[in-house]
Amino acid sequence: MTSLGFGLIACGVFFFFTGAIGLIRFPDLYTRMHAAGKCDTLGGFLVLTGLACLGGLTLASLKIVMVALFVLITSPTATHAIARAAKRNDIAWWTRGDQR
Amino acid sequence: MPSAFLLASALAILFAVLLSLYRVISGPTIIDRIIGANVIGTKTIAVIVLTGQLFGRVEFFIDVALLYALINFIGTLALARYFERKGVLAERKQATG
Repeated sequence: MTSLGFGLIACGVFFFFTGAIGLIRFPDLYTRMHAAGKCDTLGGFLVLTGLACLGGLTLASLKIVMVALFVLITSPTATHAIARAAKRNDIAWWTRGDQR
Repeated sequence: MPSAFLLASALAILFAVLLSLYRVISGPTIIDRIIGANVIGTKTIAVIVLTGQLFGRVEFFIDVALLYALINFIGTLALARYFERKGVLAERKQATG
């Protein structure tokens, strides 16, 4: 159980890093949102689930799993709301050949 | 070994927060800054629970993390709904030049 938790935390940290690099490297808002939304959701879920595995079967780990499920539901919702705000404001997207 | 691993992963996540902070500071539009703040909030939840595990007091820190998740979600939704109104960004652009 402990090694499973460590593996999950390592995977989550990897996804956090990938998302952060995508957030600073991608050219326009929509691609940045693509990187940030998904990598962050999965990274947070994996790290929290790994910590719940480390703690064993207690009330605290049950709460951690609840927080993980909360992140899993709310993070895509927030990303969707932000994407709709960007679309309604007619923010232009990047096409090949544009300045980065 | 376990606490060293937890400390290392917490520091790695904090470094990722630093990378995301670049987007918050230099984002071309307001929406970019909102995305960066949302990402930092999600990472902070993970760091809070990691800190609780490091100090051996998860049962206290998890409530803080839950509250932080709620505030992060509601704050992001409020900002997104505010800037969803057509023209808010254009008005700001005119005001700041």
